Amino acid sequence: MSSDHIKIVWIYPDLLSTYGDQGNTLVLERRAALRGIPTETVHLRSDEPVPQDGDIYLLGGGEDRPQILAAQRLRNDGGLHAAARRNAVIFAVCAGYQIMGHEFGGDEGQPLPGLGLLDIRSYRGQQRAVGEVVSDVAAELQVPRVTGFENHMGATTIGPNARPFSKVVSGVGNGDGQGFEGAYQGHILGTYMHGPALVRNPALADLLLTWALGRQLQPLEPSWSERLRDERLNAVVPS
Amino acid sequence: MSKLPLRSQLAVALGRTAASMSRLAGKGDGSVIGGRIGLRLDPELLTRLAADRKLVLVSATNGKTTTTRLITSAMTPLGEVATNAFGANMPTGHVSALASAPGARYGVLECDEKYVPMVLKETGANLVALMNLSRDQMDRAAEIWLLAGKWRKALELSPQSHVIANCDDPLVTWGAATAKSVTWVAAGQHWREDSWCCPECGGPLDRQDGEENSDWRCRQCHFARPRPDWVLRGDHVVDPHGRAIPLSGLNLPGRANRSNAAIALAVVAQFGVPPEQALPLMAEVKSVAGRYTTVEHQGRTMRLLLSKNPAGWLEAFDVLQPAPGPVALSVNAQGPDGRDTSWLWDVDYRILRGRPVWVTGERRIDLAARLEAAEVSFTVVDDFEQAVQAVPPGHLDVIANYTAFQNIRTRYGRVV
Repeated sequence: MSSDHIKIVWIYPDLLSTYGDQGNTLVLERRAALRGIPTETVHLRSDEPVPQDGDIYLLGGGEDRPQILAAQRLRNDGGLHAAARRNAVIFAVCAGYQIMGHEFGGDEGQPLPGLGLLDIRSYRGQQRAVGEVVSDVAAELQVPRVTGFENHMGATTIGPNARPFSKVVSGVGNGDGQGFEGAYQGHILGTYMHGPALVRNPALADLLLTWALGRQLQPLEPSWSERLRDERLNAVVPS
Repeated sequence: MSKLPLRSQLAVALGRTAASMSRLAGKGDGSVIGGRIGLRLDPELLTRLAADRKLVLVSATNGKTTTTRLITSAMTPLGEVATNAFGANMPTGHVSALASAPGARYGVLECDEKYVPMVLKETGANLVALMNLSRDQMDRAAEIWLLAGKWRKALELSPQSHVIANCDDPLVTWGAATAKSVTWVAAGQHWREDSWCCPECGGPLDRQDGEENSDWRCRQCHFARPRPDWVLRGDHVVDPHGRAIPLSGLNLPGRANRSNAAIALAVVAQFGVPPEQALPLMAEVKSVAGRYTTVEHQGRTMRLLLSKNPAGWLEAFDVLQPAPGPVALSVNAQGPDGRDTSWLWDVDYRILRGRPVWVTGERRIDLAARLEAAEVSFTVVDDFEQAVQAVPPGHLDVIANYTAFQNIRTRYGRVV
């Protein structure tokens, strides 16, 4: 992981890619390329083994049934567990976030086993959370206020080994009454934010690249992503 | 009408009055408010209005308004046809459509995907046309796997309904497979990102990708593409007798409309209207609720294309003028559009490289970020008119999502 080459593994776009999750892949590729760092991206179908040499693994959102299938296949495969043991970066959104935890709510609300890589538990909430989210990221991550769009029925509680990714300013987030959005543990970061989150929050994309490379990155000229972030923040929490 | 009970007659009359008042007040065509009032006075109004008629329900994520128009047009030799031509595709709209054509023995009703089970139950429709299912405005729409499951249950309980279904779409095939009788139409599927998994067992689907062969089957279970009765092949439809029927006379562009026409031909054949009679009637449809309309404005010929979701954008790209023809894109995110713009990242915009591209709409910055990542050159303008002024006189293709489309259409002339 110290070599200046990043292998991105997009986990199961055939199951976990309901809403623009490809954007997270594209923005990582782009922000690496602008710094002269080559990337290689694997679009991993759910009938293929998870490569164990990835630097950044991405999991997106999905419907109930695909989420259950994805969790089963990833548990059977074990490749993502191996990657986590290597301290690889894993960024998981919505349904993908939930399956990173110990358990999540199935299509009838029944508890189903997750991958247990992130110390969270998810369950079916009382009502669907739909709308823009703004939250302030945990100070140690050094990422400014983030913006996204949430659309989930599940609620998530963070256990002692994980930390809240951010504190909700507007929106629902984890929805367990604690006022947090997302969770992280080592290099595993989960969030309910679509948007896609890394497009709307370039600093978050850079955090993942920094983790993967193990070094600081040179700053980039502002792009349309920064303007999008400003525009969204202003639309939701007018300054 | 005379067969309706008094209460239902009153419900129809009051609904019609409300609709006229709504029209007079300039609030649309009034079909929703009229139907709402009618249904409130008589909750069984839809069932009563549907009785003794031959009804077709048309549903899909994309193309249902257009296909409804094509079928309705092709059925005119049979007599008067009741239809919800304005796209009011929920029960309130269905009530209005049927109430306003009391003498029509036939009805063709566009139906929102979620309402298929309810409307099927209430009307006992004779024919149900099911065309495609793909991701669409997920902040308010149902999950499509769930939706197809509901179609299955509803069709199982409606054995009198014959189904016309697109067997190139695995999810639609699964949704239709419980019907007692089905005519399968190989109508094509261009957006495949929602159908890589078997709807039956979740296993991987093996798919062919050719003009002559779009077969698919599950690697793990028995589920596979049924043998089609009708096949869309390029510019032709091959009917169940093996006759190749050219679609070149259609006045709606693109492969999506050839697909819609293939479904429509299979539907009207069930009523005894042969393709050679149906096609010239379908060719009379030149624009549908403003879609595909050409608007002249200050020497610019603008063609308006509506694209509401990723599959819809693929269809719009298919009918663009060849590069370097200019394109203006407008995206909003109001309620009817879906408030989440993440879907923009499901669309592959690289096809726009090498064209002058203007970007506008309330969510133009989302679109700009998307095009930047796709390495498409573009210019952002605050107002659509600036894009119009910036292109030289000549052709301009305009692709917009729902409310953005309506804004442009209202501004530059409503042509239905």
